[in-house]
Amino acid sequence: MIDPVLETHNLTKSFGAVQASKNITLDLRAGEIHALIGPNGAGKSTLIKQICGGLTPDAGRVVLNGEDITHLSTPDRARKGLGRTFQISALAMEDSVLQNALLGALGAHGSPFRFFAPAARNRELRARAEDALEQVGLIDYRNVRTSELSHGQRRQLEVAIALTLTPKAFVMDEPMAGLGAEGSNTLTQFLDGLRKQAPILLVEHDMDAVFALADRISVLVYGEVIATGTVDHIRNDPAVRTAYLGEDA
Amino acid sequence: MSRETALNAVMVMGLFLVPLWALWADEPFIITLTTKAAILALAGVGLNIALGLGGLVSLGHAAFFGLGGYAMGILASHAQSYAPIMETPFLIEGTKSMPVIWVIAIITSGLAALAIGALSLRTTGVYFIMITLAFGQMLYFFSISWPAYGGEDGLSIYVRNGFPGLNTLDPIQFYAIVFVILMAVLVFAGRLAKSPFGLALNAARQSPERVETVGITSYKLRLIAFTISGMITGLAGALFADLNRFVSPTMFSWQTSGEIMVFIIIGGVGRLFGPVVGAVLFILLEHLLGGLSDYWHVYLGVLLLLIVLFARGGLIGTLAGKEISHD
Repeated sequence: MIDPVLETHNLTKSFGAVQASKNITLDLRAGEIHALIGPNGAGKSTLIKQICGGLTPDAGRVVLNGEDITHLSTPDRARKGLGRTFQISALAMEDSVLQNALLGALGAHGSPFRFFAPAARNRELRARAEDALEQVGLIDYRNVRTSELSHGQRRQLEVAIALTLTPKAFVMDEPMAGLGAEGSNTLTQFLDGLRKQAPILLVEHDMDAVFALADRISVLVYGEVIATGTVDHIRNDPAVRTAYLGEDA
Repeated sequence: MSRETALNAVMVMGLFLVPLWALWADEPFIITLTTKAAILALAGVGLNIALGLGGLVSLGHAAFFGLGGYAMGILASHAQSYAPIMETPFLIEGTKSMPVIWVIAIITSGLAALAIGALSLRTTGVYFIMITLAFGQMLYFFSISWPAYGGEDGLSIYVRNGFPGLNTLDPIQFYAIVFVILMAVLVFAGRLAKSPFGLALNAARQSPERVETVGITSYKLRLIAFTISGMITGLAGALFADLNRFVSPTMFSWQTSGEIMVFIIIGGVGRLFGPVVGAVLFILLEHLLGGLSDYWHVYLGVLLLLIVLFARGGLIGTLAGKEISHD
């Protein structure tokens, strides 16, 4: 069996009486896309925050490449190799596309505590940033102000920033959100190739994209994983059809 | 050359030529006014690193301005009276040497900024504003109740401190010192904005979670920015005290913090020369309108209102437009 790159073990998180995560155990293996689906309020965002930092679980562990990262800060987890994209683009809108990509390269491969030499003239950082922009097809937009990008291009830039980290695992929170059919298809093709670089834990509502991309799917309902398996397995799982797809078993 | 760079060049030329013209025209008062504008601009360049790059709305920067001023006042007053500052456990004497005073002012204000920043940067928004304001006011009331150094009346220094090879009592020579320092700090601030640190700090202002998810701790960035900012403002405070040969608790007051912030907003928040344009305009208004009315701040208020409502990038933003740097 392939060793998992990213694992959660019995993650549990409550907010008052609401149990947002109930003993969630998942794994992400090298070379795969593992999709996490579930209706609104299922606890997907809470789970992502426990994996990437920002929320400490009440119980359970998050393991990256065999190392327990449960109690590390968000920046420390990023430096260990977790590349995250956000559901709502989190970008420096006043800066150029290149500056946003440079930021990623800087965090993972440079030091932000240099005060004099221009960041854009650091050849290594610039090469990493431009390589990531090239991969997502934004290289011609490098000098454009980020606020002037279309929604789809901002999603691509999110992915480019994650790429600059050369992560061990990607955690992508609804990368297709707000994209039209064409944008969604383009990004689907791109993510399909990206799994070779690092496995992807994909939280997504676009079921066409999920079924096209996922090697495995986990279904989260009311904070609980009710099924994990291949696309066909999930499509035919009676519990999933009842709880998630709204069909009678 | 971009329009902003051209505007910056005009400002530098103005700061260089106006005092020379005043010297030729035998108008020492204009040299002194320009010196005051340049020193306030320096304080503004300091605050602009925190405010413009870091998005840290500090209403307590007068604390660092005052600490720089009092560092000068205390050191010079002891040198003037030949009384050591302390004798045990080791001897510390006063000094009339400007470079030594600057170093001590920078260290003192930097340490204070580090301590104040370490506590206040754990909060954001209005709480950050209030905590920085509270620290500034604490120092203000402390200086009022410290009779050894003049208390409410302040502290006079009879002879301006010395700089090797220059007669600092000559207005143009003192201005030359201030001008060189201002230019050096502007070069530093300009490089800082484009450096890896500036890139990360600027991004942290716009999207803190983005910065954290690429492995950078935004708290550290902000704390260092706040400290650098305090050090520059402290240096400005020492020069301001030397210009007036007088320090008083007013340097610590929240009005001083407010005035620095107001002229940065007028000039352009986050713009390298925003504080310079703002400080020059502030001094011009104070001089021209202050002669007409004691209530000249009303006109300043109207100008601020117009700029906030109709020219969000300040005067530089209005004249030069939006600009992003790529290298």
